Amino acid sequence: MKNLIKLSYILSFFFLSTASSFSAEKVDYLKTDWSFKGLFGKFDRGSLQRGYQVYTEVCASCHSMKYLSYRNLGEKGGPEFSEAETKAIAASFEVIDGPNADGEMFTRPAKLSDKFVMPYENVKAAQAANGGAYPPDMSVLVKARGGGVDYIYSLLQGYEDAPSGMALDDGVHYNKYMYGNKIKMSAPLSDGLIEYGDGTEATVEQMSKDVTTFLMWAAEPHLEARHQMGFKAILYLIILTVLVYFSMKKIWSRVESEV
Amino acid sequence: MSDHDYTPTSKVGKWFNDRLPLLTLANHLTDYPTPKNLNYWWTFGGILTFCLITQIVTGLTLAMHYIAHADMAFESVEHIMRDVNYGWLIRYIHANGASMFFLAVYIHIFRSLFYGSYKSPREIIWIIGIIIYLLMMAAAFMGYVLPWGQMSFWGATVITNLFSAIPLVGEGIVTWLWGGYSVDNPTLTRFFTLHYLIPFLILGLVVLHIWALHVPGNNNPVGIDIKKPSKDTVPFHPYIVIKDGFALLMFMIVFAFFVFYSPNILGHADNYIEANPMVTPAHIVPEWYLLPFYAILRSVPDKLLGVVAMLSAILILAVLPWLDTSKIRSAVFRPLYKQFYWILVADVLILGYMGAMPAEGLYLLIARVATAYYFLHFLVILPVLGFKEKTIPVPLSITESVMGGSPNLATARNKESFEKSK
Repeated sequence: MKNLIKLSYILSFFFLSTASSFSAEKVDYLKTDWSFKGLFGKFDRGSLQRGYQVYTEVCASCHSMKYLSYRNLGEKGGPEFSEAETKAIAASFEVIDGPNADGEMFTRPAKLSDKFVMPYENVKAAQAANGGAYPPDMSVLVKARGGGVDYIYSLLQGYEDAPSGMALDDGVHYNKYMYGNKIKMSAPLSDGLIEYGDGTEATVEQMSKDVTTFLMWAAEPHLEARHQMGFKAILYLIILTVLVYFSMKKIWSRVESEV
Repeated sequence: MSDHDYTPTSKVGKWFNDRLPLLTLANHLTDYPTPKNLNYWWTFGGILTFCLITQIVTGLTLAMHYIAHADMAFESVEHIMRDVNYGWLIRYIHANGASMFFLAVYIHIFRSLFYGSYKSPREIIWIIGIIIYLLMMAAAFMGYVLPWGQMSFWGATVITNLFSAIPLVGEGIVTWLWGGYSVDNPTLTRFFTLHYLIPFLILGLVVLHIWALHVPGNNNPVGIDIKKPSKDTVPFHPYIVIKDGFALLMFMIVFAFFVFYSPNILGHADNYIEANPMVTPAHIVPEWYLLPFYAILRSVPDKLLGVVAMLSAILILAVLPWLDTSKIRSAVFRPLYKQFYWILVADVLILGYMGAMPAEGLYLLIARVATAYYFLHFLVILPVLGFKEKTIPVPLSITESVMGGSPNLATARNKESFEKSK
């Protein structure tokens, strides 16, 4: 048993040292309570729905979400819009389909099975419209940034006037959480920018939190299922481990040796 | 197994066994006499077998949904994560399983270093193990390329470029490896093929590894040769089976924690950005389990010598049985070796840390000292130690040390004479 304690000590030391080494350039991000963290973490349904509203009314004009389909919005563990709401959301977008029997492409309202409509035809078009910078696809954005949700949450609130002596080119903005502090995206949020359907006050902080929650779900749509299964799996393993431990003790009691 | 007499009781069993002695094999595996004093560091062999099987099973499932094409690989991984039933679970088990596999193999290797399991008559087991370890690194590296994220792409570029250090033919070899003039679709498809092949090579080598183990039998914490079967041994089943099972369950709890609660903590965020040959990441870092060797590579200023140093750092292990001149196996009876052993462990951990840091300033200096020490340990300290070290006398049998008898033979004898004189 002593060896096991020693072992777990060494392991935790090693993992902590490697894990911390990856986040060498540590910045103090703004903190908030994320409902989806922890053993039983779940998404705040209201926050996800509001977050979708922020995404679709603000971010979606530049940022695509190409791995998501409209049906995802109604699925379990997500924003869980009702089926009617999800269909209405899908129908509010136009997609290009075809070719039809005459060989022509045509537009039609989106269906649940369609992927989120892209704001630009291609990467080049996106760059041309944004001063050469490509607004990254947001499907897995939270997982693609070192600080994860805290980074995105902070970045959205990190716009400030550049410190004196720092020259910014045209179309470049100062953000204290951005790598190198220079960002091509202008401050996307301002107080009261949108009107929440559920009456929540749309402060920058609130919108940042909601949209970041939405992005977390977009990147990890099965997070809730994962947490639930994880708890059951680990509980099961612990019980089994205890049972096996006592069986082992019993079996080994026949031998003059310790386990 | 030739010394193993076994006759099945049933007629059918006997008929079958005379033609293919599978039942003899099964009987050998259950009866296999194992030292009764094995500690938990000895359970990692079983754990590693579990890791290999897990990787193969999850890998096969992933391969049913993955598309090995530069334009579709990243998307197909997202398809697995989102739309395949429990695809997220299978992929996270596979990705974290690689880390768990290496964690277990490092413990397994360092256990062997501590208890001198590589020494005669177990050199072949050890060398097969080193080959397995090399193949594991190749498989892990190529597996990391498959999601076709930024770290996949740039990691592949950096590592394959190492071959260009070979004089004269280097550039040609790199082009041949890539199947073109840069890492691209042909590279991805061949990496996928090899990533699929290697685990089965490993599986075959594992069989040889275990076969070679079953000839002399297990080493043990006391490191002495024992008579088999005897009072010092227990049959593999049920004693070792249940103990390995218990340890495996503990291991699975740690494994499950990573899979369910921190599935991405051991990976790099940049690998969730699709590969882009036009944008180089700020820092290109390999997965944690390759970091010590990455540090050795970067601590040598010359590219070719760096590659040579990195490869030697691994290959030096293969000749370890002949570098270690001590006749005593277990570090328990080698007070000086024991200290150098822990210094080596610290040295490798330091190298791992430095491998994750940018190669500059103090980091680079420490990495260089640690690299030098790594080779010093194997090339100077170990050979010399065998001649200079004053070892503690080893007990005559396991029972003597297990039964509370002093591991020190001298004191044990004193006790005997003391009791006689009474």
